[in-house]
Amino acid sequence: MSVLEVRGLSKEFGAGGVLHRARLHAVDDVSFSLRPGRITALAGESGSGKSTVARLIARLYDPTAGKVLFGGHVVGRRRRDALRYRSQVQLIFQDPFGSLNPAKTVRHHLARPLRIHGLASRRDVRARVEELLETVGLVPPAAIADKYPHELSGGQRQRVAIARALAVEPRVVVADEPISMLDVSIRVGILNLMRDLKERGIAFLYVTHDLASARYVADDILVMYAGQVVEQGPVDQVLAGPLHPYTRLLIESVPDGHGGLAPIELRRGAAAAAVDPAPGCRFVDRCPLAIGVCRERTPALVEARPGQAARCHVTAPAPTNREDIHAQPAA
Amino acid sequence: MTVALSTLPGEAAPVAERPVLEVEELVVEYASRSRTTRAVDGVSLAIAPGEIVGLAGESGCGKSTLGNAIMQVLRPPARIASGRVLFHGEDLVRLSGEQLRRHRWRNVSMVFQSAMNALNPVLRVSDQFVDMMRSHERVSKRDAVGRAGELLELVGIDRRRLRAYPHELSGGMRQRVIIAMALALEPELVIMDEPTTALDVVVQREILQQVRELQRARGFAVLFVTHDLSLLLELAHRVAIMYAGEIVEVAPAAALRDDARHPYTAGLLSSFPPLTGPVERLSGIPGSPPDLAAPPSGCRFHPRCPHCVPGDTALHRRQVAERPVLREVAPGHLVACHLVEEGL
Repeated sequence: MSVLEVRGLSKEFGAGGVLHRARLHAVDDVSFSLRPGRITALAGESGSGKSTVARLIARLYDPTAGKVLFGGHVVGRRRRDALRYRSQVQLIFQDPFGSLNPAKTVRHHLARPLRIHGLASRRDVRARVEELLETVGLVPPAAIADKYPHELSGGQRQRVAIARALAVEPRVVVADEPISMLDVSIRVGILNLMRDLKERGIAFLYVTHDLASARYVADDILVMYAGQVVEQGPVDQVLAGPLHPYTRLLIESVPDGHGGLAPIELRRGAAAAAVDPAPGCRFVDRCPLAIGVCRERTPALVEARPGQAARCHVTAPAPTNREDIHAQPAA
Repeated sequence: MTVALSTLPGEAAPVAERPVLEVEELVVEYASRSRTTRAVDGVSLAIAPGEIVGLAGESGCGKSTLGNAIMQVLRPPARIASGRVLFHGEDLVRLSGEQLRRHRWRNVSMVFQSAMNALNPVLRVSDQFVDMMRSHERVSKRDAVGRAGELLELVGIDRRRLRAYPHELSGGMRQRVIIAMALALEPELVIMDEPTTALDVVVQREILQQVRELQRARGFAVLFVTHDLSLLLELAHRVAIMYAGEIVEVAPAAALRDDARHPYTAGLLSSFPPLTGPVERLSGIPGSPPDLAAPPSGCRFHPRCPHCVPGDTALHRRQVAERPVLREVAPGHLVACHLVEEGL
């Protein structure tokens, strides 16, 4: 049973052009669901639309089309509904320096959501704050609670941000690149914390550009390219046997520390969202497998292996398309 | 002094010869009224001709300061307190401003962390090449532009892009322009400080591949500074690990990967989740890097070291009181750790 579901989500931004009609398709027809106790990775390069998806879920933007269902219902626009949704769906940002108020103590950051959402009586706040700090591995909690952000290291600050997100007992946590600004040696600690927290039944969306960390924490993965999800499935299955040529390119580009820098075939192009995209596959100009139909029709997400789907006419052809693909010679 | 090199698959190791660069007992300090911070504290490192040396460490460990010191571009309050930086035996620390100006770009060039923002926004790419080349040698504008075009093509950019302004190029292309400029006068050593950190993984891969091919073809040496150890294990012949202003381990890349001896190196290696193989719970390294204004006593890593167990033992007393020195544990493999010294 999913706790949060995204259906046909799209977001366009104005991109200038004649009469300001050009539209940047930042997110285009994205659907997935998040389940309790599971971490779903949303992977892609800069500009691919992954952070926009996170912001749409957090309701920082209104979608151009599509909807976000929480517990099976469309979230209402009334203040009470919005407040409830915001307490159930929490966001963790990339920059633990910018997301904490430098003039307030750690205790303030954690006590405030408890009071606003009426989750702890005045008497219980202190105990609850310390309990939260302990949950995220900040000990001794009583000493940490009275510190200011500048007295903490980057990793500790990110743990405070996570504790603040947990304060309201959310069912969904969206973590947008939570480790990319942290030092290498402390990243694993944050990833391990996410792995432990999912055992509490929280549904995580882990937005990242780092496939190795996605594989380490996540159960499922969505790969975005130019605003679209081009592949999705169980993370082990996708990374061991990618269907989409872009997923393959991403995997081959990751340094694996095994020497040699084996040359890979590279064709220039950007994963950034398209302005007024033409029909057809958005990866076509870089694709080693492209055939005629790839320039004509946008491929749909097709489940080509159990649980694993891709937007590719060649490796995941739609049942109705199969015949005409075999009839066409490779371009 | 000779330098042992590792071999990359399918490639002969560069022949060990007199180093192009030798850093000897270098100390760099940042001084303020209230305190002095030693960002680089007694570092020695040699780079052979045609060798790619990786320098890895976390933020604040002094790796960028070391790169800047080698390039002699430290700005106050940073200053070299002691030690030498020898380029073919000549001490760069003693060169005058004008001698240094001639030395940079021609002998040693540098690609900075945010180099893509280092281009002048109001000059075309071609003009920036011409200015740089003509400040170092007598060359006609026409020849300079011609050479700039060749260099751009070497790094995979269409030479027509010479007419572009920096804002018309993507981040990856600007970074490639800077790399092309760094190679323009055929220096013997190129210092690259996190040259691909701000770029996407596919673009990073593309640029690294080009750097590797160019390096092979032209034979310059590279000091590659980065926090990404897994990248260095693929790219570098030899890797030096820096922690809190000191080099704690140096080894051929393969030896470092398979037989890391310093607990910090081992911790760093276990901080990168693998993309293949079983997913095991990693430990990372507890705690965080120290404040260099007040570094820990003894071994600077001891507060985070899993092998530093408090107790009334001779080992623990050494760990908290005595600075370990680099010792050779295998040919070309040096480690600064009390455990190694005690044969543990």
